[in-house]
Amino acid sequence: MAATRSPPRILPSGDSAITVEFSRDIDDAANQRVLALDRTLAGEPVAGVTETVPTYRSLLVHYDPERIDFDTLGAKLVALARRPVPPETKTRRWRIPVVYGGEHGIDLEDVAKTLKTTPDDIVARHVAGDYRVAMIGFSPGWSYLSGLEKFLHMSRRQNPRLLTPAGTISVGGVQAGVQCLAGPSGWHLLGRTAVRTYQQHRDPTFLLEPGDRVTFSAVDGKTFAEQDRAAEAGEIVAELIAA
Amino acid sequence: MDRIALAAANALAENPIFAAAIEIGPFGAAFTAREGAVRVALSGAPRTADIAGRAVPFDTSMTLADGEALTLGFARGGAFSYLAIEGGIEGEPMFGSLAVNARAGLGSPFPRPLQAGDTLLTKPASGGAERRIELPSPVPGPIRVVMGPQDDEFGDDARKLFLDSEWKISATSDRMGYRLDGPAIKHLHGHNIVSDGTVDGSIQVPGNGAPIVLMRDRGTTGGYPKIATLISADLGRFAQIPAATGFRFKAVPMAEAQAEARKFWKMLRTLPDRLRAIESFDLNIEALQDANVAGSAVSAVDTVTWQIASGADALGPD
Repeated sequence: MAATRSPPRILPSGDSAITVEFSRDIDDAANQRVLALDRTLAGEPVAGVTETVPTYRSLLVHYDPERIDFDTLGAKLVALARRPVPPETKTRRWRIPVVYGGEHGIDLEDVAKTLKTTPDDIVARHVAGDYRVAMIGFSPGWSYLSGLEKFLHMSRRQNPRLLTPAGTISVGGVQAGVQCLAGPSGWHLLGRTAVRTYQQHRDPTFLLEPGDRVTFSAVDGKTFAEQDRAAEAGEIVAELIAA
Repeated sequence: MDRIALAAANALAENPIFAAAIEIGPFGAAFTAREGAVRVALSGAPRTADIAGRAVPFDTSMTLADGEALTLGFARGGAFSYLAIEGGIEGEPMFGSLAVNARAGLGSPFPRPLQAGDTLLTKPASGGAERRIELPSPVPGPIRVVMGPQDDEFGDDARKLFLDSEWKISATSDRMGYRLDGPAIKHLHGHNIVSDGTVDGSIQVPGNGAPIVLMRDRGTTGGYPKIATLISADLGRFAQIPAATGFRFKAVPMAEAQAEARKFWKMLRTLPDRLRAIESFDLNIEALQDANVAGSAVSAVDTVTWQIASGADALGPD
């Protein structure tokens, strides 16, 4: 695939960060290049680089302009991005329990109506999906997934909600997500999980990493309530299928 | 929100410049020293301040005797003031910081804004001589930006409209983002991009065309095109622009933005060199009280401060 080997675009994000853009779309090949460049920078630190933020399609590189300038770092990043991308070796795979519909997923019925099917069919399709964590962003633990079946692609809500529950499982556009903390969202809410993808004072603080595989399983309300208590006490609750 | 003010208050309190301090928003507040004397310093958005009824200036260190209260009025011509406490604030750092992000449950000793009745633990006052700080003179001018990273999502006319218009900060702004009132900026290809990384000062343009400048409590990623980014040297004075005060943006080349950033960080690091002995403290207090009678005083010590002292100065400071 020649397109994935073309040099990334070096875009200025102010005077102290560079956006290294591999694609404008969601594209697992581009995301693998993002993660490969991120690993390269972790393994062979470039003096002056202070933080990196991998996303679906670009790597945001924060740097200290007192130590390296835009042109020098940009050229360096292009050169590093030229390296071949090693095949993804990561095999870590999680199964995340979800209680779908009702008070836990208030948009499930509407999503089914819009897509001209039944709520059960939406749940079956969402559970059947094989997802990949493409990025962690927005608020702590918010995990953005790729791999959403085309049938479930749906434009985001016209009016984003100002508050959606902790543990919300949702879809928005071509993206699927596992939300950890309560917060605003314009996505469609299918259900909730007791899994805390981020929890202070737990080891690990962050559960999911970019490159991890994720599947979902449906549980009933009673199971969710039990898991929620266990998770509050620091249990992982998510099932690690492969390490 | 305003790093110069935070650093200045900490320098006066003889702390590391980015030690945890108290950020005070537009409204008033009062602090009482308990179980001993406490040395503090104020900087940032001007407001009335007194200790046990005696007016005290900004940008000067001062000591509260045991039981004395520091009382602060509303911010005038700015938004954020900083109260630094000598010896710092006791807490348990998370990700290397005591800073509060209430949405994420982060912050220590309280993971939320301070409330009446909260107690902060610190060290007893050292008894060191009080000092003032000479802050750099205001540099007038618009808020400077570097275009991008997604300015190609906008046509020439939209970019020109963004740079040529007068903007105001909307009342619905907060530490996560400042919404701007002004003309609608139209996108070339709609407002949905695949989410990517953001920085402090990213200027996102959502569907309604009203730009949002992402501030310190921003999410780390966002899904709206970013037309431009504030230069880091101007973020603090942008944060202090009062609502209803017009301002403009100006695009600068990367080389200029980076030169300004280097100057800015050097200035921050060398703030402790700007500390001065107080030679005529009594005179200053009298001047302050006179000025307060006139109803316009900001600081008796520095007639020239970098803060936004009035709407007319909003284009200039820093």
